[in-house]
Amino acid sequence: MIGKSILRVTPKVLIPAIMLFGLYVQFHGDYGPGGGFQAGVIFAAAVIVYGLLFGTHKARRVIPPGIVRFFLAFGVLLYAGTGVAGMLLGGNFLDYDVLAHDPVHGQHIGILVIEFGVGATVAAAMITIFLTFAGHDRPLEDK
Amino acid sequence: MIDLIDMVLLLIMIAVALGFVFIRNLFAIVMLSGIFSLTAATLYVVMDAVDVAFTEAAVGAGIATVLGIVALSLTGKTDEAPSTRSNIGPFLVTMLTGTILINATFDMPNYGDPEAPIHQHVAPRYIQQSGDEIGVPNIVTSVLASYRGYDTLGEVVVVFTAACGVLALLGRRRRPGRRPKEKIGAGADAETRQ
Repeated sequence: MIGKSILRVTPKVLIPAIMLFGLYVQFHGDYGPGGGFQAGVIFAAAVIVYGLLFGTHKARRVIPPGIVRFFLAFGVLLYAGTGVAGMLLGGNFLDYDVLAHDPVHGQHIGILVIEFGVGATVAAAMITIFLTFAGHDRPLEDK
Repeated sequence: MIDLIDMVLLLIMIAVALGFVFIRNLFAIVMLSGIFSLTAATLYVVMDAVDVAFTEAAVGAGIATVLGIVALSLTGKTDEAPSTRSNIGPFLVTMLTGTILINATFDMPNYGDPEAPIHQHVAPRYIQQSGDEIGVPNIVTSVLASYRGYDTLGEVVVVFTAACGVLALLGRRRRPGRRPKEKIGAGADAETRQ
């Protein structure tokens, strides 16, 4: 990409905006369209744009695969863990009413936490799939 | 006016679907699939399903297109030449299935019909009680995250499994001259190479 100044400058403007929009969709999903799934995809898109323009090696350096895999599992565990927390506090699995003193407040907390779990897993999954596909230098061969 | 927009969008989708059938260049087909998803997303916006449209635009038109292009770089850019042998059997099966499906759509309730079963089951309760029980302004979020929390957990596990599957199949880089067995413990994990 050296010498292609448009391709080098544009992502510097775009990527922060994409990430900010992803966070907005993540945490504003209760009020407007969006939620963890869309936010995760949008956040992953920022990394994918970076990887497409600067190469997957640099993208791996920005977001190491170990961290991505951690969030891949962390999201699912956070979601299921929220359900288990509800059970420990005396409710049913994935019953958020008991997470706070007020059921509606508990629902707010539960939804916020599980949406974050969804977003983390989806973003990590999309980044993993992209980096794994694009990380192959040579075409696959039929065995 | 809405009918006209619907019709134009559906015609675009039919045209794109025909493009899938006749175009042999896989790069063009990946682009067409992105266009198909974006048109579908527009259709969902017209139907006031903004959350679904959002997902369709982000996943179908965005990520899937990128993954398609990346997958092409691993395989090849042109499809195999169409086979010359007779395709009459598959054609008949497709036509029969299509006819049955189109016939079945006549039994479906009209779009927006308040008497439709989908609007009679649990939907009224969600719409009436969500404000008191969940307190989240976006009912779609309250249904997905709370009322249907099990389903969403299942979806997240599906996404997780997909990523695990890709990692298991492609996550380790093959090096020429090395058998897959030897690279275990040899530090040949794809991720350790920068």
